[in-house]
Amino acid sequence: MSSKWIAVLVTGVLCFILKYVGHSIPAKWLERPRISRITTLIPIVLLSALVGIQAFTTQTKFTVDHRLSGIIIGAGSVIAKLPFPITIILAMAASAITYRLKI
Amino acid sequence: MKRDSIGVGVSVGAAGVAFGSVAIAGHFTVAQACVLSLLLFSGASQFALVGVMSSGGSPLAAILTGTFLGSRNGLYGTRMASILKNRGWRRVVAAQITIDESTGMAIAQEETDQQHTAFWFTGFAVFFFWNICTFLGAVGAKAIGDTAAWGLDVVSPVVFIAVLWPRLTTRNLKLAALAAFTWALCITEVVPSGVPILTTVAIAVFVGWK
Repeated sequence: MSSKWIAVLVTGVLCFILKYVGHSIPAKWLERPRISRITTLIPIVLLSALVGIQAFTTQTKFTVDHRLSGIIIGAGSVIAKLPFPITIILAMAASAITYRLKI
Repeated sequence: MKRDSIGVGVSVGAAGVAFGSVAIAGHFTVAQACVLSLLLFSGASQFALVGVMSSGGSPLAAILTGTFLGSRNGLYGTRMASILKNRGWRRVVAAQITIDESTGMAIAQEETDQQHTAFWFTGFAVFFFWNICTFLGAVGAKAIGDTAAWGLDVVSPVVFIAVLWPRLTTRNLKLAALAAFTWALCITEVVPSGVPILTTVAIAVFVGWK
């Protein structure tokens, strides 16, 4: 089995287990302030790091390229609360145009 | 309200097109993209898993990143369980469709009956459209060659910005986000791919501890 299939299946099963366990444990366990602060922060730090890595690296090397225009337009559209599909299309267009013009 | 739920299903599900095409651009197969949407069924985790592996990260880094991102669904599960009070197979199905949207729509309602309806309708609607759209996006992306020429390489980070931005409600959360962003870019050249992302969990623990 390829490493991609292993990642797909294992993550799928683990994430289901988390959801199921969530449905099965007493709410009190998660109501402690420290636990709730950390669990609020986890998606925030992971998503921020993912944005940085996916926008500004190529195979672990720091890179600023055509993606920058897409990220700026995309971030601007999110902040301006444009509808999600429009945000994605504008960001794709900006990145694609910059890529094709070889800027 | 049922109509609202289905509306959420259509608009969120449509993002499945983006996921399907990003998965193909990241050298995943159509089957892998579809199994992710069926089994994992949590947008941010799916995009992250594909992103980590396609940039050369190990399967372990991808599994951990995807699972950490999916941990918030466990919290939603605890919240929903106190409303739904399901047993047996209904709990299994409810667990699988416990995501941002189904939980968000349910807790926005005041009456218990409406909370139940909102949860099940939104969950099933998103599941249905997300899976169909993943398949269409994956098959569509197969048909185009150079995915950078179509801007597909910014879809995933922009999806993350869209999920992230509304969560940055306090100064502390914003600072944590900035710290994680900076940390990941500072160490990317000196550690294996996937590690810059995973290690930011330490920032979450450090900031949240006090």
